Amino acid sequence: MSAFNARAVRADVPQLQRVINGHPLTYLDTAASSLQPRAVIEAMSRYYELRHANVHRAVYQTAEEATAAYEGARDAVARFIHAPGGSGEVVFTKNATESFNLLAKSWGSAHLGSTDVVLVTEMEHHANIVPWFQLREQTGVEVRFIPVTDDYRLDLTNLDELMVGVKLVSVTGMSNVLGTINPVRELARVAHAHGALIAVDGAQSVAHSPTDVEELDVDFMLFTGHKMLGPTGIGVFWTHEAILAAMPPFLGGGGMIADVRTDGYVAADGPTRFEAGTPPIAEAVGLHAAIRYLEGLGVANIVDHEHGLTGDALTRLALEFEGRVRVIGPKDTEDRGGVISLDVEGVHPHDVAQVLDQFGVCVRPGHHCAKPLMRRFGLAATVRASYGPYSLARDTDVLIEALGHALKMFG
Amino acid sequence: MANFEDLYREIILDHYRSPRNRGELTTPPAVLVEGFNPLCGDEIALYLDVDDGALVNIKMMGHGCSISQASASLMGAAVKGRPIATVRDTIETFKQLMTEHEATIEHDGRPAQVDLRALGELAALQGVVKFPVRIKCAMLAWNTLTQGLDQVAA
Repeated sequence: MSAFNARAVRADVPQLQRVINGHPLTYLDTAASSLQPRAVIEAMSRYYELRHANVHRAVYQTAEEATAAYEGARDAVARFIHAPGGSGEVVFTKNATESFNLLAKSWGSAHLGSTDVVLVTEMEHHANIVPWFQLREQTGVEVRFIPVTDDYRLDLTNLDELMVGVKLVSVTGMSNVLGTINPVRELARVAHAHGALIAVDGAQSVAHSPTDVEELDVDFMLFTGHKMLGPTGIGVFWTHEAILAAMPPFLGGGGMIADVRTDGYVAADGPTRFEAGTPPIAEAVGLHAAIRYLEGLGVANIVDHEHGLTGDALTRLALEFEGRVRVIGPKDTEDRGGVISLDVEGVHPHDVAQVLDQFGVCVRPGHHCAKPLMRRFGLAATVRASYGPYSLARDTDVLIEALGHALKMFG
Repeated sequence: MANFEDLYREIILDHYRSPRNRGELTTPPAVLVEGFNPLCGDEIALYLDVDDGALVNIKMMGHGCSISQASASLMGAAVKGRPIATVRDTIETFKQLMTEHEATIEHDGRPAQVDLRALGELAALQGVVKFPVRIKCAMLAWNTLTQGLDQVAA
């Protein structure tokens, strides 16, 4: 049996020791950004204190150490997601959104013309919608949506029909609003059977569901550091080496070139081709520490822990409020992560969140950058609570108590 | 909890639960103007009946958080039947209240530079200023009213 202990994780996170409005912090906003364990913060501090220099440039010792630290993070990411070709397939970006822009603006502009289709879903984050609309303006590519059922799952009944003309399926691994975990392996099989590639938005899933790109048989995996206990300012773009080698450069500048003359330039090979300018070195160090921390906990243990919390919360919310607090998402824990969106009867999400703040509860009100999904369910906004490895059943206790207050106050 | 209670004063909750001047007016002669807060999905529709230099009647529809809805309801009650010049003065005073920097709020919580007596019941919204993300909620109806008056004047 594993030694996973959420209380120990909680003790590792300095921010969870804070007191807000007289209450201990109840952090239920991991889907927006996770909190960092001390190991991540200290790794970044130590880097800045002892080893900071620009990477890939100088020959002095600290510069070599900084380069080794940056490239070490690339190795760690490759290992974490089981990249078959290793670190040569891992590009560092600013966040998952930039990873999607890299996908659309580099791979997409080279491969998706006016007779092609990119197939996304109604439950995507704007990061996996807007770059495709921007590409459509440029190349005329069609952007098609897989609908979402009333049970908050992808409606795959007409998938073969939807696949006509599709060159890329781009789908989230886990909805940041509904918590729904999508059948990525099955979608990959269908995509490949139609000669299409598949990209996965792993922003929500990578730290809350085991991610093995080879086993899932996907072609692109995109995610961000700050939702997996790492720092902000660093994201990941992974694809197979052969696909990466055929992608045109994205941002231009220093670092991404092999040669520059007065009549033109030659782009570098490998991931650096897409990493113009000084990269997020300290952030890579922090991400590496986060991966080590997650590996120490075991992602499978995190999944079990969050599964338990989610099931308990769904049961208690239904019992406690008898329909006055509606869950916008699957009602059971099958293929579902620890993201719970709520519609509180007669109380606007901003008011709910304001009342919850008085109890030290951090939740997110709003459309969660998924407006097509909100429209699909006739909602302007929801209140979203989301769990992490440091969450405890006590967090759900406080949430339920605070929701009761919100209902009393505005009902 | 003091700040929190300042935000959700009983008068605000009352206007949220029982909004005044709810409804529509025939257009024309009334003018319809709509406002949106795309971040939180708040919406408001104002029907303005302007005649002989006065806002003879105002009705409103829409939905949103308690602050946006109560602010709209309080606004309607404050400006209905008033001369346009007075309405514009009230808008100005309210905007000042909402932009009052925290540093200028005195120890007893009262803003130093805004004449609260001129605002009447609207002064109940002064607690909003301590919650910067909610100011846009409170301002929605007022910005929409300004837009409507500008339309009428054009």
